[in-house]
Amino acid sequence: MSTESAPVPKSGVAEDVQQGPRVAVSALVTNLREYGLILALIAIMVFFQYTTSGTLFKPVNLSNLVQQNSFIIVMALGMLLVIVSGHIDLSVGSVAGFIGALAAMMMVIWPLGPFSNPLVVSIICLIIGGAIGAGQGYWIAYHRIPSFIVTLAGMLIFRGICQALLGGGSSVGPLPAGFKALSSGFIPDVIGSLTLIPPVVNAAGKTIVGSGLTLHMTTIVIGLVAVLAYAYFGLRARRSRERHGYEAEPFTLFVVKTLVTSALALFLVYQFATYRGLPIVLVVMGVLIALFVFVTKRMTVGRRIYAMGGNAKAAQLSGIKTERLTLMVFINMGVLSALGGLIIAARLGQAVPAAGLGSELDVIAAVFIGGASAMGGVGQVIGAVVGGFIMGVMNNGMSIMGVNVDWQQVVKGLVLLGAVVFDVYNKNKA
Amino acid sequence: MASTILEMRDITKTFPGVKALSNVNLSVEEGEIHAVVGENGAGKSTLMKVLSGVYPSGTYDGEIIYRGDECHFKGIHDSERRGIVIIHQELALVPMLSIAENIFLGNEHARYGVIDWNANETRTSALLKKVGLKEDPKTLITNIGVGKQQLVEIAKALSKEVQLLILDEPTASLSEKDSQALLDLLLEFKRQGITSILISHKLNEINRVADKVTIIRDGRTIETLPKKDISEDRIITSMVGRSLDDRYPSREPEIGEIVLQVRNWSVYHPIHAERQVIKGIDIDVRKGEVVGIAGLMGAGRTEFAMSLFGRSYGRRITGEVLLKGKPIDVSSVSKAVEHGIAYVTEDRKTYGLNLIDHIKHNITLANLPGVSRHSVIDDMRELAVANDYKAKTNIRSSSVYQMTGNLSGGNQQKVVLSKWLFANPEVLILDEPTRGIDVGAKYEIYTIIARLASEGKAIIVISSEMPELLGITDRIYVMNEGRIVGEMAASDASQEKIMRAIVRGEGKAS
Repeated sequence: MSTESAPVPKSGVAEDVQQGPRVAVSALVTNLREYGLILALIAIMVFFQYTTSGTLFKPVNLSNLVQQNSFIIVMALGMLLVIVSGHIDLSVGSVAGFIGALAAMMMVIWPLGPFSNPLVVSIICLIIGGAIGAGQGYWIAYHRIPSFIVTLAGMLIFRGICQALLGGGSSVGPLPAGFKALSSGFIPDVIGSLTLIPPVVNAAGKTIVGSGLTLHMTTIVIGLVAVLAYAYFGLRARRSRERHGYEAEPFTLFVVKTLVTSALALFLVYQFATYRGLPIVLVVMGVLIALFVFVTKRMTVGRRIYAMGGNAKAAQLSGIKTERLTLMVFINMGVLSALGGLIIAARLGQAVPAAGLGSELDVIAAVFIGGASAMGGVGQVIGAVVGGFIMGVMNNGMSIMGVNVDWQQVVKGLVLLGAVVFDVYNKNKA
Repeated sequence: MASTILEMRDITKTFPGVKALSNVNLSVEEGEIHAVVGENGAGKSTLMKVLSGVYPSGTYDGEIIYRGDECHFKGIHDSERRGIVIIHQELALVPMLSIAENIFLGNEHARYGVIDWNANETRTSALLKKVGLKEDPKTLITNIGVGKQQLVEIAKALSKEVQLLILDEPTASLSEKDSQALLDLLLEFKRQGITSILISHKLNEINRVADKVTIIRDGRTIETLPKKDISEDRIITSMVGRSLDDRYPSREPEIGEIVLQVRNWSVYHPIHAERQVIKGIDIDVRKGEVVGIAGLMGAGRTEFAMSLFGRSYGRRITGEVLLKGKPIDVSSVSKAVEHGIAYVTEDRKTYGLNLIDHIKHNITLANLPGVSRHSVIDDMRELAVANDYKAKTNIRSSSVYQMTGNLSGGNQQKVVLSKWLFANPEVLILDEPTRGIDVGAKYEIYTIIARLASEGKAIIVISSEMPELLGITDRIYVMNEGRIVGEMAASDASQEKIMRAIVRGEGKAS
């Protein structure tokens, strides 16, 4: 028989205790992703600013950029929650197209009387979008049919209905001006404009180019308030952590981050102010972004979505109603797809059969570039927004440069692959 | 006349932090049926994985001598080439392929990659006849029962010209009839000269077929008994005979009124709708009492607990749950939690934790309203709660922002425990609370359990480790095959008594 001494199990002490410096390093590594993404956006902007000889940041172009890409970002907010909860939605482009067609029919063709008012139509369309999300979410949540399949079906179905509604290949329009303002309008200047440099008239009676710069003051005020609020809340959260005796990120890092973000925001606001002020759609988008950041970071429902995406079984056994939560995520996606569809229609001024075609891929790409995991449970709203802007700036910049549309796709594909490879590489290293 | 076919000498296998096998010796003679017995976790399966090359040569110490040659199996293919075939506890068949396809999977009769189905099916028919299975070779695996699947596995082993057949608890999920048929088959193989190693803890089976029994406990060989010395008493003593030092914190139980009563609880299998998994269980738990549920793997303990906890397992659940005498509705997890029932899972990675999130978020997950107002989470309150429980349960981590996926098993268990403590339950069901964690962390978990009981919680502990149940509980139910087969006060319970209740599996004991 064996005379070996009894096996001595290793005690579990100290194996999980990290050393001080390692904490700081790991905090930096964690944040690197977030900052890296914003730095990448800035780098891409600077690159195109240079290659387009300064066209990119021209106020007119900035307004265009926002108006062309806002629907992608609006839908990316919903897609982020879908992907974080471990699903995918391929139908968003078709749903957007269908809703655009529906809105156009209601406003222009069908004799609905008071119900053809743009506001009423928009509200009805958002509700229908939610119903579509509920319809798809029902099969995904309660019958466990893979979301890929359900929404692939939805993609076909709603594209088909969209085209049928518009009666084959025709487009429906023009849409009322009040509706078009959603995309192409600017906020009214309630404060009044400020003429920065009085216009100088030369001898020939013409104003000299570059002079007579007037600022849209409401825009400036909104911009300043937003930046101050951003800095204030950042500082307050920091103080609160310190008061409770917890280490926040290094102070210099915080200051640099706040300054860079604020400077960038103020620069953009100034550019808008020199043109016609903030586009309405930018304000809508800004409010939605703030709302979704709050919901995901601070509200119980947001936390539950992340928990569900991270481990659905554990979430369910923690008392989370995962079916209902999945349904809600898809309803939300449906409403935002509808909003995206309205924005597209408003920008084009008419409903076309191809509206939103293929946009689901841009939306999904934005979310993944923003660092979400295809396995679920990981992803940030700000990441998805920045990812959306990266796509948008590339689209816009390459168009100005005159890059062929075919090659634009190649570049976008490479950027998507690169971003995800970078992410996976980072994760494995950590 | 019998020569030694297999000799395993001084096998030692270490996993990070735990020595699974320590100088194990096993000697098997040609043509015998050699049983290997031991408690769950004693190291039986590990030993067989060493033998079959699942743990390749070099990852363990000691030597394997098979038919006179020292063998260094690098993988399961090496051992199979020598005629050693292992059939694992969890069957390794592909459900949506046919019997014939499964038997010759990776080993098809083919020319230039084109499969000759006729040859495969003819050979399959011959093999099925040998194992006494009357099924069409084209039948899909998913359409036959577990017993028949087991036979397909054996047929697959035969197709590989097996000389040494290893069966790891082959009858664990079989009915009585299927088990008998399987044992008969083993005896038939013995007549044909095939040597078998049978891992089992069903002593009646061993009595019936085994020529020798080797008993393993705590990763060490205790003894090898020849047929004439095989007796239930001897085996049980060897299996469980370890000393009970002060591995458990002492405690003065203060037992109050009945908190939880379960009446006539029955559950059917979620997929095999006709199979009743839980058969009319009655238990009750009192305030401040720690009640243990003993039993072997597959006795239905986890299924019972999970069906109780918001119908998280099974179908057609019937029975009544009373909390302090009043019937309560536990039909969903959130309802169960509302009524103050918490279930700490046996599988913390699959069912307990969000491994890609940090400790803080995991701790508050089951009681988010407890750290929020109007559905808005108060970050500072959440942080305070997380730090409080980190201290209370002694979670060792750099901060509450450490990913739970990077924690050791013991610390993960403490996070799951913290999550449920923060939900403030009255009844806490702990399923294998110390599985896979080291002795130091185990003691801490026991201390937490003792403290909770003294705070007046009613606690149910499900465990396969009998010394643990004897050490920390006040009363023990013994479960077998979906029934309570014994109930005893911990003070007059013993491992022998529990084992006896299990292996006899009849009526209510003492």
